[in-house]
Amino acid sequence: MKPSKSTGILGYGVYIPIYRIKSEEIARIWGRSKTAVPIQEKSVPGLDEDSITFAVEASKNAIQRAGISPEEIEAVYVGSESPPYAVKPTATVVAEALGISPRLIAIDMEFACRAGTTAMQSIIGLVASDMVKYGLAIGTDTAQGRPRDELEYTAAAGAAAFIIAPYSPDNIAYIEGSYSYVTDTTDFWRRDGEVYPRHAYRFTGEPAYFHHIYEAARGLMGELGLKSSDFDYAVFHQPNVKFPVRIAKRLGFSMDKIKDGLLSNIIGNTYAASSMLGLAAVLDVAKPGERILVVSFGSGAGSDAFSIIVQDAIEEKRQLAPLVKDYIEKKKYIDYAIYVRYRGKIRMR
Amino acid sequence: MMVSTPSVPRVWRERIIKYRLIGSRCTNCGKISYPPRKACPRCGSVNLEKISLPKRGKVLSYTVIRAPPRAYLKYSPYIVALIELENGAKILAQLTDVEPEEVKSGMIVEAVFRRYREQGEDGIIEYGIKFRPPIT
Amino acid sequence: MLGGGVTKIGEHWSKSLRDLFVEAAFKALEDSNLELKNIEAIYIGNMSSGELQGQEHLGSLMATWLGIPGVAAVKVEAACASGGAVFHQAYLAVASGLYDCVLVGGVEKMTDAVVHDVTAALVMADDAEYTAFTGASFVGLNAIVYRYYMEKYHVKQEDIALFSVHDHKYASNNPYAQYPFQVTLEKVLSSPLVADPIRLLECSPIGDGAAALILCSEKFARENGIRPGVEVAASALATDTISLMDREDLTTLTATVKAARKAYKMARIEPQDVDVMEVHDAFTILGVIHLEDLGFAEKGSGWKLVKEGEIEKDAKIPTNLSGGLKARGHPVGATGVYQVYEIYQQLTGIAPNQVEKAEIGLAQSVGGVGGTVVVNILQRVR
Repeated sequence: MKPSKSTGILGYGVYIPIYRIKSEEIARIWGRSKTAVPIQEKSVPGLDEDSITFAVEASKNAIQRAGISPEEIEAVYVGSESPPYAVKPTATVVAEALGISPRLIAIDMEFACRAGTTAMQSIIGLVASDMVKYGLAIGTDTAQGRPRDELEYTAAAGAAAFIIAPYSPDNIAYIEGSYSYVTDTTDFWRRDGEVYPRHAYRFTGEPAYFHHIYEAARGLMGELGLKSSDFDYAVFHQPNVKFPVRIAKRLGFSMDKIKDGLLSNIIGNTYAASSMLGLAAVLDVAKPGERILVVSFGSGAGSDAFSIIVQDAIEEKRQLAPLVKDYIEKKKYIDYAIYVRYRGKIRMR
Repeated sequence: MMVSTPSVPRVWRERIIKYRLIGSRCTNCGKISYPPRKACPRCGSVNLEKISLPKRGKVLSYTVIRAPPRAYLKYSPYIVALIELENGAKILAQLTDVEPEEVKSGMIVEAVFRRYREQGEDGIIEYGIKFRPPIT
Repeated sequence: MLGGGVTKIGEHWSKSLRDLFVEAAFKALEDSNLELKNIEAIYIGNMSSGELQGQEHLGSLMATWLGIPGVAAVKVEAACASGGAVFHQAYLAVASGLYDCVLVGGVEKMTDAVVHDVTAALVMADDAEYTAFTGASFVGLNAIVYRYYMEKYHVKQEDIALFSVHDHKYASNNPYAQYPFQVTLEKVLSSPLVADPIRLLECSPIGDGAAALILCSEKFARENGIRPGVEVAASALATDTISLMDREDLTTLTATVKAARKAYKMARIEPQDVDVMEVHDAFTILGVIHLEDLGFAEKGSGWKLVKEGEIEKDAKIPTNLSGGLKARGHPVGATGVYQVYEIYQQLTGIAPNQVEKAEIGLAQSVGGVGGTVVVNILQRVR
């Protein structure tokens, strides 16, 4: 899926809260062996944080890197499955918190963990058609983990924001093309009114995660005439460590090419921000001219795949806001008791 | 009776000032105030211009609230500080992402966007600026 | 001043806001040897009747409840200085010549609400939108001043906390005090933190109470054959910025400095002429700061007066011999009137901790963190 006009990334920004809980601590509570856990530790939002506050911080960083005035942004699309309001958009709070003017196309989107990359897909269309000058695509989540469930170890919190612009040498990256692959596959869902989502255990693997990422990646490479060896980095949606490592291998990517964008072991699955944070982590280190494959996966199900080529401007723009590793390294461990207090799992009434 | 009557318009009216830390500068004597004023608290002039305040400052003094007003019970204990921003304007705000033992008068802090309170379980959320030790 | 009456301060489960006011009012009338029909106007000081009791329009309410609907009556509010401010307004009423005999009182009913709601009501003394919004409690705002003071002047908390020990010592003789017992410095310093660094026993308590006084003109006294022993020498009120954010120096309440200066001038005295004082020590740090701002110590040295015993009953500036806000109590809007009553007691020789030959007394009432300060000076009639 290539738009008739080229677009690129003018700025990017991330946000990860400081709190961490170790999987071995969660395992301790539920009597599970501490070696039978999918990741080492995950991020936890503080009491005064939510997916709106994350989105504002990540966007602030993106605008800082882009070096534009917020008034020049004409579209704000936010992807999340954990907005603080069931009805009332996050996009408008982000816009007003940052000084983005009311002449704006703004919407909140939902498609599990691909909501942020789908926001990117949509913004690419708006920018490429000249309908807007700059657009801000955000993936943000404060995922809720069902107690004792497998996903409690990985349901984490974070946000990433990308400012999409028409092709320009001032951009930090060029979007070569994108491809989306979507089917009605219910591997993970949450009925209205329920607090925690449910999943279909092993069905979330091959028919869901692996199938969609594979088809989106192959579809993208097919349309662009590329092979996996044409890419210097690959970033996949990261619900744990095993899945992205396995799909990387299947698509022909060595550990070397995925390690810079693979964060799940130490921050968990940040849901709509997951692959976008991985992309940001790669942009923090990549060199001009290098090509990055990004493939998200959202339950329900679908994948967005992007081919992104780094431009020269990355070298100086990268330093204008905190790097992913700055947020990762700023951390404070909490125990399970504090965790359930922070996540609002204690019955207060 | 409801302590502090919940209101949507009141929050809406102040939101830009609180979201973006907007102050005012007196064009007569130069005093910078937060929040923005209609008349300068130092010289009384009405010639004031709105300005965007710096997002970094230092802690002048602070306390830890352990007996909060009802609307903030959920967050207790928390730190409230008087902060002097880089341009001299002073602001009262919470410190976040930091333990009381880690706070020292004079420490540098930066602005972040956070939740302050909710108007009950089903009312609106009020956001504002808090401060924390810089990320970098 | 013709007389006064006060209720005990405490948790009056069985007495309502109106019950308390009426009790104090009738005591004041009896003490003054007057009848209801002598009263031309009622001034009522109160801070939180709306928020905690759902009751406004105290003027009409109290006139009704006293049995004299028809007289002029109005509520005066200046946060925790409501008591001092209502006295100021009542004084203005009589001094202007419009009224010859007025009843002035303060009343506060705080214990019907639970602490979380009282805390929310008290922080209304500061900027609701920009200070209370941060979650600051009123104790917290004073704590910010306390820490700043200690760091600026290199003063230890234990020296400031002494103010509480001082208050309790004298409250133990005061029959209507909320806490008529002594406390040790150790007890104060080991009490729980409320808002760091302020500890529980450094904070004035939550309590109910009412105090009432009768003020009259010289003309009224003459026409009724009364020879009052005490007269108002001065009453001055000043404000400062409502919030700490605008203050130039966090350790000075300029409203105290201004009100005191005006009052000393009005009374034609210097600070050293004051024989006895009641200062508004809602927190120990304020007690110390008031001694400085009222002109008795250099900035940063007020605590020395306490430590060196200079504010004891037989010392240079006897202060808070009622027990002060900490131990006598602080039913917010009534306190300022209690203070004037206590000075009246000292000047008429009936105080429980009587200063010898007290001729001139000063009462200082503070609203918010010095957003309003009232200085009332009484003297014996010569």
